[in-house]
Amino acid sequence: MGQLAAFIVLSIVTLAAAVVVVGSGNIVRSALSLIPTFLGITGIYILLQAEFVAGIQVLIYAGAITVLILFVIMLTEHGSGVRFRQVNEQVPLGMIVAGALAAFLIATFVTTAWPTSSGALPQYTASGVGTTFMTNMVLVFEATSLVLLVALIGAIVIARRER
Amino acid sequence: MVSWPLEILKAIGLAAVIFTFLAVVAAMFGVLLERKIGGWIQSRLGPKHVGPQGLFQTLADTLKLLQKEHIQPRAADRAIFNAAPLIVAVAGLMSWVVIPFGTLGERVLVVRDLNIGIVFFAGMASMTVIGILAGGWSSNNKYSLLGGLRSASQMVSYELPLGMALVAVAMEAGTLSTVGIVRAQDGWFGSFVFRQFPAFVIFLIAATAEVNRVPFDLPEAESELVAGYFSEYTGMRFALFQLGEYGEMFAMAAMTATLFFGGWKGPILPPLVWFLLKMYVVVFFLMWVRWTYPRYRLDQLLNLSWKVLLPAGLVWILITGYRITF
Amino acid sequence: MQLGLVHFLILSALLFCLGLYAVLTRRNAVAILMGIELMLNAANINLVAFNKYVAPAALNGHVFALIVITLAACEAGVGLALVLSAYRNLETVHVDEINVMKW
Repeated sequence: MGQLAAFIVLSIVTLAAAVVVVGSGNIVRSALSLIPTFLGITGIYILLQAEFVAGIQVLIYAGAITVLILFVIMLTEHGSGVRFRQVNEQVPLGMIVAGALAAFLIATFVTTAWPTSSGALPQYTASGVGTTFMTNMVLVFEATSLVLLVALIGAIVIARRER
Repeated sequence: MVSWPLEILKAIGLAAVIFTFLAVVAAMFGVLLERKIGGWIQSRLGPKHVGPQGLFQTLADTLKLLQKEHIQPRAADRAIFNAAPLIVAVAGLMSWVVIPFGTLGERVLVVRDLNIGIVFFAGMASMTVIGILAGGWSSNNKYSLLGGLRSASQMVSYELPLGMALVAVAMEAGTLSTVGIVRAQDGWFGSFVFRQFPAFVIFLIAATAEVNRVPFDLPEAESELVAGYFSEYTGMRFALFQLGEYGEMFAMAAMTATLFFGGWKGPILPPLVWFLLKMYVVVFFLMWVRWTYPRYRLDQLLNLSWKVLLPAGLVWILITGYRITF
Repeated sequence: MQLGLVHFLILSALLFCLGLYAVLTRRNAVAILMGIELMLNAANINLVAFNKYVAPAALNGHVFALIVITLAACEAGVGLALVLSAYRNLETVHVDEINVMKW
């Protein structure tokens, strides 16, 4: 019961904030609404006993990516961007597509018989995640670090002012 | 399971107790200490008139701030303008959730011994910057905006070395929980300040930058930016910014004590006293630096983070990994 | 009612579609990036939920979620660098006005 209540509260927070992100005409408000969205998702991860993922979510998404987005918004558009039209002419089409996809996905999810397993996750997942990264997933780990390096260099090269 | 409403009530109660304690001890006493130490370093007396030796000066200041009018710029973004100080204050105080204060018998005095303790701590430290950025932008004032942007670039840059130092400590201790890290430090020379000295230096510098203190106080540089991101704030909202800042600074000091000085451990004196002693030594160090050194320039600041601290942190992680593996 | 896998899947579907809507309709490149972040988060919820309810023995879902977060950070970094570069050269961040490649 408690878990369901927590889930409902967290979902409402997440989705309401996400609606503001998607719909607000003021782009800074959109960006700031990302924070409750991400924190709500953090709560969802904690419900799913993924505390390490939750910690990283706060650190990377709420702490770093949102700041980056806010930073770029403030360097472009001269602030809030309310003077500009923020949406293109595809609003009705976008609504239909997104709504149809949502209906389709939810219908699929509800009707599918998921092969759920009743086993329990390991008690302390952070060390388990580390072990998995270093054993079964080591190639993925290396590839990710390579992508990270390339992205780091690429971002610096792209954003640097030409002299 | 009927226990969860009780759990929530317990959590709220604990939060109220801890936050009141922090607001009084950390922020109010901290401000007084700051001014007294500042006075002592600069050969003046500091606050002297309210109460014995100026002991109630901060109390008087707080009362004054509470009564002040709340002024809001006409073009400010109302909702964000009002929310920003709250974000800073809450994030600054939330860092305290994972800090172990001491032991009482077998029980460790900590709000929650999260098994991702230091990740949570770093996450909360990085939340502050959003409040600062939001406050700076919503004031609709160029000094505030510049202060906010500076603060964002500074804090995002210094989060990385901070994280590197935390990673090294977590590797040495073999756990992410703060209580576990304290338990991993045995005896005088078991403290991580000896085994992890480079991480300690990196952490202390990054923490100073993270809480925007001199020599890294660019976001609020009075002489250039009026007061930075909180130029437009008055009354209680200004006080909330200050509370958040001092809460964060004391949290950083407490974290330094926990990670590198063995937390509550020590002979003879009770654990809580040891913890506070260690924390206040770090606080004193931060204040000493503040009243002694001038401010960095922005480019020097970013160079220090990206070209010195970050590579040093990475190398130190490599060395630590080598040491604990072989 | 017990909290089950389907609840998390529905939440993630809704979040994904909100993100998709932002990607389809927003003009501002940064807002489109925000929509992409929402979609990635929805995918992450799915990964972690499947990990718990379908295959709890291994932690592969958590690992994939962490990889997605890492790549999302890369994507945000490079994407925002591109936005800044475009703004510097074309003085707009609206994707329907960035059309110098289209003659």
